[in-house]
Amino acid sequence: MKSKSRIFVLIIFFVFLFLPIYWMINMSLRTNADILHTLALYPTDPTFANYIKIFTDSDWYSGYINAIIYVTINTLISLTVALPAAYAFSRYRFMGDTQVFFWLLTNRMAPAAVFLLPFFQLYTTVGLLDTHIAVALAHCLFNVPLAVWILEGFMSGIPREIDETAFIDGCTMPRFFITIFIPLIRAGIGVTAFFCFMFSWVELLFARTLTITNAKPISAVMTRTISATGLDWGLLAAAGVLTIVPGALVIWFVRNYMAKGFALGRV
Amino acid sequence: MNKWENNKAWFFLIPVLIFVCFSAIIPLMTVVNYSVQDILAPGKTVFVGTEWYRIMLRDPRLHEALWRQFLFSGLVLLIEMPLGVLIALAMPKKGWGVSFCLVTLALPLLIPWNTIGTIWMIFVRPDIGLFGAAINEWLGIAFDHTRKPLDAWITLMFMEVWHWTPLVALLAYAGLRAIPEVYYQAAKIDGASSWATFLYIQLPKMRGVLTIALLLRFMDSFLIYAEPFVLTGGGPGNATTFLSIYLVKLATGQFDVGPAGAFSLIYFLIILVLCFIFYQVLQNVGKGAKT
Repeated sequence: MKSKSRIFVLIIFFVFLFLPIYWMINMSLRTNADILHTLALYPTDPTFANYIKIFTDSDWYSGYINAIIYVTINTLISLTVALPAAYAFSRYRFMGDTQVFFWLLTNRMAPAAVFLLPFFQLYTTVGLLDTHIAVALAHCLFNVPLAVWILEGFMSGIPREIDETAFIDGCTMPRFFITIFIPLIRAGIGVTAFFCFMFSWVELLFARTLTITNAKPISAVMTRTISATGLDWGLLAAAGVLTIVPGALVIWFVRNYMAKGFALGRV
Repeated sequence: MNKWENNKAWFFLIPVLIFVCFSAIIPLMTVVNYSVQDILAPGKTVFVGTEWYRIMLRDPRLHEALWRQFLFSGLVLLIEMPLGVLIALAMPKKGWGVSFCLVTLALPLLIPWNTIGTIWMIFVRPDIGLFGAAINEWLGIAFDHTRKPLDAWITLMFMEVWHWTPLVALLAYAGLRAIPEVYYQAAKIDGASSWATFLYIQLPKMRGVLTIALLLRFMDSFLIYAEPFVLTGGGPGNATTFLSIYLVKLATGQFDVGPAGAFSLIYFLIILVLCFIFYQVLQNVGKGAKT
């Protein structure tokens, strides 16, 4: 492609990417009366009232805190559980390995809607409904298989001779794992954490169904506002803008590994 | 790479198995349980065998949702795949532009799905949205995604392309970067046009990642729930009621756990078959790359 048409394509697409986001930011800086009254391309009288409302009203800001709590718990659980399993898949051949790997993959692809009703019943029975743990565990359904999948890709890239040398030198398995192996695949762990964070952060269905008040995440707060009458568009837009911020921050930290992760982790 | 034969490796899997039992096997068995019973009153259930399955398989609304789902996934792939490759080809190969492009492309992927719905709802509404207002007032076409099925579909397609084309582009870009520079030099010596370079070097080399992108996009668009739920709620009428939306309506709205259970298992079976094909293709792609 010639460099002129190259830049042309990129500009068109990035404008297309940014325009809806810009429009939401525009909305978030205006009052509801102003939004409904005039259609303005930029906020003529910018106000931070919507953001101030979100940061001071506990109904709103607790939504963000709840979401961050369960996403963190989920990422930690997924990584801890997936590390040994990924090691087994990348280093050993054992009875039923491909079958188990495939079965894990089916969980990643399973429709969340299928698991909705039984999850609700299960967590009600064990008394976990409306807790952060419930949502974190529910998200393990798709994040644990994903983590195993990505980590296996990264671990297979490390030559097996390293393990052999360590064992010959008399290193025990747990020690080898923590002091030698984990530092070697830390880029892989970062990428995995990124994807676990991403998929737990963006999910709506489980997060909405398994929480009532105490652990209600921001996504659920937002969908409930939409269905209510007398909708405040400015407030909704401000809440939406704030849900983009954590994701944008995370991208910034992993930007150098992202392309590599997409290729290696085969996601 | 030759792997060690050792069945003790199963011990490494214990934590994963415990978690997956709790989050997949027990719930799935509960669904099986629902699908063969009729709950008349709490604690009073009757075994009905395959009745719910027969009812659901003949349900016209399920058929409609299924065809709608295939149509949606097909259209999404037709637009997103070529567009994603085009973007990847247009991206710079080095310099600060790479970081900028990567970060920008990843941004829509990290926005919560309900916020995606909200963004587009605000963007396309005829009264307050830029897109809606532009079409209605400046172009003079009456566009309303809440009333006209076609408009709802157009809006959903735009949203889906906006949301997921970056994933295809990122994967394709990763595939492009993996092509060694010597291939391009050889093409240059042979005097190949850029179109020929694309057709005979870049496209075959990207086959692996593009297969993955295709299958991932197909699976994910097949499970779509949150975005149409927020944007159209499955409407107008049932025009955008996809499988997941219909299932959730059935399960939580009407609380028909019997039919919902049967539907869940049928849905899961479709996914399982697709997933099996996905896995087989993936294995073969891996082998092809090594030889």
